[in-house]
Amino acid sequence: MSERAATVSPPEEHTEEDAQNEQEPDARSGSEEPTPEPVTSGAQAVVRALENAGVEYAFGVQGGAIMPVYDALYDSDIRHVTMAHEQGAAHAADAYGIVSGEPGVCLATSGPGATNLVTGIADADMDSDPLIALTGQVPTEFVGNDAFQETDTTGVTTPITKENTFAADPDRVGDDVGEAFALANEGRPGPTLVDLPKDVTNADTETEPGEPETPDTYEFQERADPEIVAEAAERLENADRPAMLLGGGVIKGEASETCREFAIEHEIPVITTMPGLGSFPEDHELSMEMAGMHGTGYANMAITHCDTLLAVGTRFDDRLTGGIETFAPDAEVIHVDIDPAEISKNIHADYPLIGDADTVVSQLAEAVESSPEATKWRAQCQQWKSDYSMAYDAPEDEPVRPEFVVEALDEATGDSAIVTTGVGQHQMWACQYWTFTEPRTWVSSHGLGTMGYGLPAAIGARLAADDDQEVVCVDGDGSFLMTMQGLSVAVREDLDITVAVLNNEYIGMVRQWQDAFFEGRHAASDYNWMPEFDKLAEAFGARGFRIDDYDEVADTIAEAVAYDGPSVIDVHIDPEANVYPMVPSGGDNGQFALTEDQL
Amino acid sequence: MSGGLDGPAPEERPTPAGRRNEQGIRIDPEVEVTHEPRRTVISALVKHEPGVLAEVSGLFSRRQFNIESLTVGPTTDEDRARITLVVEEPDPGIDQIKKQLRKLVPVASVRELEPDAMQRELALVKVDAEDPAQVAAVADMYDATAVDSSPETATYEVTGSRQKIEAAIETFGQFGIREVDRTGTTALARGTDETTGPTPAEASVSAAEEAKQTKYTADDD
Repeated sequence: MSERAATVSPPEEHTEEDAQNEQEPDARSGSEEPTPEPVTSGAQAVVRALENAGVEYAFGVQGGAIMPVYDALYDSDIRHVTMAHEQGAAHAADAYGIVSGEPGVCLATSGPGATNLVTGIADADMDSDPLIALTGQVPTEFVGNDAFQETDTTGVTTPITKENTFAADPDRVGDDVGEAFALANEGRPGPTLVDLPKDVTNADTETEPGEPETPDTYEFQERADPEIVAEAAERLENADRPAMLLGGGVIKGEASETCREFAIEHEIPVITTMPGLGSFPEDHELSMEMAGMHGTGYANMAITHCDTLLAVGTRFDDRLTGGIETFAPDAEVIHVDIDPAEISKNIHADYPLIGDADTVVSQLAEAVESSPEATKWRAQCQQWKSDYSMAYDAPEDEPVRPEFVVEALDEATGDSAIVTTGVGQHQMWACQYWTFTEPRTWVSSHGLGTMGYGLPAAIGARLAADDDQEVVCVDGDGSFLMTMQGLSVAVREDLDITVAVLNNEYIGMVRQWQDAFFEGRHAASDYNWMPEFDKLAEAFGARGFRIDDYDEVADTIAEAVAYDGPSVIDVHIDPEANVYPMVPSGGDNGQFALTEDQL
Repeated sequence: MSGGLDGPAPEERPTPAGRRNEQGIRIDPEVEVTHEPRRTVISALVKHEPGVLAEVSGLFSRRQFNIESLTVGPTTDEDRARITLVVEEPDPGIDQIKKQLRKLVPVASVRELEPDAMQRELALVKVDAEDPAQVAAVADMYDATAVDSSPETATYEVTGSRQKIEAAIETFGQFGIREVDRTGTTALARGTDETTGPTPAEASVSAAEEAKQTKYTADDD
């Protein structure tokens, strides 16, 4: 700040600035903030575009080709969080985007920096998370010559970005970044990338980025066809067995409240997908919780037997549907989605409603005049909730059940606590046994299934969350080991997060499948040894805890959550614990197994 | 101990009567629908900039769409290029191709052409010219134009529908074909029907919508 004060523009430059401000009338009005210095380089235009978009945090790792951008960031109010690995930068930015609803920003240098981002970008693409990746690139004259740290970054990332751009022109580079920012969150969100050659960011330019615009070829539909809305409404009014299926699009489209009111007004049982966790309060009696491969038995019964399915913001992923032929086989499907390509991609939509989730569900709410008479169906759903209860045995003299740990963590943190996870058994236990009540509190890797997502995601989530929200990472030992270098970031940045490693010394989900489908042959899934995570945490400067027995669970969790900084609990759980219910891959959702013999 | 949960076993549960087919459509036993692959022409107007062709061809390979030919060229609008694709897929696949193409950010519009659309392809056919007179007679049959000749070879340019090109190549085959290069299908919609615009059916709907809109605005004023 003092540097900035020392270089206040001389008076004669003010007239020029005023002239600029006349072209952009909003730049000054109602704001006491000093007019920012004019940009002098491509890199400054990049940073200015981020500032104009309201970016507060960026996650990244330095390197040769991105240095000019970092140099420009040095003078900016944007807080940069230096990560230990670029993959972590992408996951942190991704989680920041999920929790805040604004695109997260990650930076990396060319070559290995950019390729290390790839997993995180692919993750954001599969989950439609708003993310912007800025990658350094070798100078334009070297591009194509296999220069040091050169990778064809736009080529590599084309299939996993919503759009990417090679910024070739210093006078346009600010607009390229602004456009990427606008695109990432408009319509169906997704990751965008701008590849920044070093000569372009180093080049002199005085061109300020303009008002960010999406390309003229990009469009999406806000409101659904009113005729189909009317037909869908009639179908809902006359349904005998109605159900709602809420996906991640409900949360991204800020439609949770509208969906909740609609479900409650018409007393429709609500099922969520995994990314849809938090879109409907799971402590409400209409909640059937999550369906799919490891969904609750009652959710899978409800989805299998409903005759009308109002599905909002879901792409009918195979982990949700199981076998297509047995998915909601009696149901006429009303499918609300902002992306026309999702309509009838996997499951045929009898009533295709293309548009913004909140807008379309509001249209439906207006069109539905009477609630379906489905008293018997609702009673049946309640019956399934008791028939297929998620209650489990936890004998005190046996190893700690992971479900018990998840419930204890949930209890020790508030309703608004944010949960991040890696991928595997621990993730499924978190889905099943955490009671989600608010949107944007569940941060996980759904579509790509990226082990190691949890810790960097907790870092991003922490910075996006309110101060009174706890951030808990429910991790697995295998997942934690993949990105645990992120602890150095959490300690350096003094981030209040709690990591609970559900440690079974296995790649647990693979071990479970090997037991079920590979005759118990534990090929490369049995670690049989793990480092002592509590001591590792202490070595990083975090607090470390360990749990071996039930009587340690509550107190240890309380202490770890209360600690104002990063803490890691190494929870030694029952190593043979498995995730149930389970629908085998491609199986019938209604035929979920409750035990291994039923598989 | 592997845990497990209580509740009625799978065989004790009721099962619904319905089923869906591979396309996720509920099977109505009375009207079972099967979708056979069909060949069709899709025309897309895209931003004329580097990388767009790679994006389009990448889309086809990663989504396993069956593509027969792809041509690309500039248009009268310097910001737009036209990509013409011949694809072979069942109806739901064609529907997905159109939607996924439209979803690419640099793609401005996508349209499946009517079966009667004008479709032309060009081929260069280089044959052994041991008997020039007979080669010339075959060329005549297909309105082929000679573009090159040497003591041993003759090269002809043939244009026309895919079927005509194939027939020409087959007939030239009797002389011994040295090399062939084909452009793939280019296509335009007929008459006033615009290749870039909505299909005739959509156009009538949107015209009606527009009429309604205008009326609504007038009343409102």
